Amino acid sequence: MTFLDELGRFLGSENVREQLGRNLLEHCYLALLPLVLGVVLAIGAGWLGRGRRRMRGALFVVGNVLYTIPSLALFLVIPGIIGTKITSSVNVVLALTIYTTALLVRPVLDALDNVPAHVVASATALGYRPARRFLAVELPLAVPVLAAGVRVASVSNISLVSVGALIGTGGLGVLFTDGFQRTYFAPIVVGIVLTVLLALVVDVLLVALRRVLTPWDRTAPTRAEVTAA
Amino acid sequence: MGIEFRGVTKTYPNGTVAVDDLDLSIEDGTITVLVGPSGCGKTTSLRMINRMVEPTSGAVLLDGRDVREADPAVLRRGIGYVIQHAGLFPHRTVLNNVATVPLLSGWGRRRARERAAELLEIVGLPGELGDRYPAQLSGGQQQRVGVARALAADAPVLLMDEPFSAVDPVVRQGLQDELLRLQERLGKTIVFVTHDIDEAVRLGDRVAVLRVGGSLAQYGTPADVLRHPVDDFVAGFVGRDRGYRGLSFLSAEGVRIEDVPTVRLGGEPGVAPGWRLAVNDAGQPRGWLPPESIVDGVLTEDDLVAGGSLYRQGTAIRGALDAALSSPAGLGVVVDDDGRVVGAVTAHQVLDAIESHPESVGSA
Ligand SMILES: Nc1ncnc2c1ncn2[C@@H]1O[C@H](COP(=O)(O)OP(=O)(O)OP(=O)(O)O)[C@@H](O)[C@H]1O
Ligand SMILES: [Mg+2]
Repeated sequence: MTFLDELGRFLGSENVREQLGRNLLEHCYLALLPLVLGVVLAIGAGWLGRGRRRMRGALFVVGNVLYTIPSLALFLVIPGIIGTKITSSVNVVLALTIYTTALLVRPVLDALDNVPAHVVASATALGYRPARRFLAVELPLAVPVLAAGVRVASVSNISLVSVGALIGTGGLGVLFTDGFQRTYFAPIVVGIVLTVLLALVVDVLLVALRRVLTPWDRTAPTRAEVTAA
Repeated sequence: MGIEFRGVTKTYPNGTVAVDDLDLSIEDGTITVLVGPSGCGKTTSLRMINRMVEPTSGAVLLDGRDVREADPAVLRRGIGYVIQHAGLFPHRTVLNNVATVPLLSGWGRRRARERAAELLEIVGLPGELGDRYPAQLSGGQQQRVGVARALAADAPVLLMDEPFSAVDPVVRQGLQDELLRLQERLGKTIVFVTHDIDEAVRLGDRVAVLRVGGSLAQYGTPADVLRHPVDDFVAGFVGRDRGYRGLSFLSAEGVRIEDVPTVRLGGEPGVAPGWRLAVNDAGQPRGWLPPESIVDGVLTEDDLVAGGSLYRQGTAIRGALDAALSSPAGLGVVVDDDGRVVGAVTAHQVLDAIESHPESVGSA
């Protein structure tokens, strides 16, 4: 039996297709919810650490340490700490939220520190209170750098969710464990293709979102235009 | 709204004394310029008015009330602030930049944007720039937007920290003229920081010269500071050519304006032994025709030598002297408000007038 026949038979089954849809949705949820939570937490860390040397240093250290913990270990440790079942998807969401936050802390702080001091000073002088100034002036200006970090984190999350399948938390990773146990290639290939497609689609959406959020960033003259002038 | 510094001292946490026991009374509706070398505490002084910096001791009074009694954010919405590089928000359109303070103060969106459009016009910017982002404007335009934004809430007080120092001299002069024109209309209390004594003299009703260490060296009218510097520091700071600068305050009334031989562009000038001034059909000067020039056919601009600076009748005598000294013919061209030639002056005549001027005795 050729591989294509195998693939055809695998995808021909209505049950399998339904199952694939569920896996895909689950994968999205497990990867993207932590992305959103991580962005919010990293922005919170940015609020705490901007312009404060020590706090900033501490946040970097914590971020780096958390990021070096292997994902599988984290999936197994979290239930022990917060008392969830080992197969609970909460573990994955929590672990990936930690990774996303850890990954984004540095770019967020760098971006906030790169907002020109005279822009922040004039916002203060015009009568912004600190919280509103952060949300209305500093944060929007940090979006381009933040967006680059979010793209990396989204790809990383989408691939890490598959690891969760090893401990039975669902998502497209199930296809890998399944195919592996049965030395059956069709689910593995379909799993890879769907994971890659998901990562691509999410990336395209993130690029579009960034463009919508930063219409001003396209207006600065490029180097080529400046040289030509 | 008057502003008063009462024994104000600012020591930064690192021990730097930026402002030292400053007493300064700024009159309502005037332009007061703080001038001095880098690091003498100009920015610090300015920022104590809107509480971006808090004094270590002493008090700043705005309209007779200690600024510390006010909520800082509310206080600042009532004080316009313009800085070098304008400090515009790169992520907001020009119109939204200008509408910032009205929006913060709770005006409706529509009214705030209408007000912003009005202000763009007041500072001389075409309305279609309103939809651009700051990066799409020239430095001079950005600076104007900065001024418009500071004026948007109709604050009676305007603080300006080297607002024009990042633009080239020609644009700077245009912006200065515009500020004076605006001030004539608006009558704000303006505190203007610069380290350029020329700018201080041009703009200030009063000039406060600060020395490093943050103490006040001299406070007076520009003419006062130029003519009677209180000590060597102020004398050195206002510069060696302060005598010449002082001419900015002398009227040119006593200078006799002579007739000047003119030739018309497009006419046939013939030949003459002296310099002749070429004018266009509107009577405005275009350049000089050297003595004994032979023009083939009609006179065109190609036959001319470029003229010097023009002296506009009724302005200070400094311009008349400069016109005479910069003219290739030794004759400073005098024009009226429409730029038409009135006559000419020689450097001699100007100097005679300066010497016989009662105010000029002992001035330089
Ligand atoms: N936040 C700060 N912490 C410590 N020292 C400061 C701070 N801000 C200013 N200084 C110091 O206080 C002094 C006055 O500074 P300020 O910025 O008021 O000077 P300035 O007259 O505006 O100078 P410039 O013409 O260069 O803008 C300087 O010696 C400066 O180094
Ligand atoms: Mg300064």
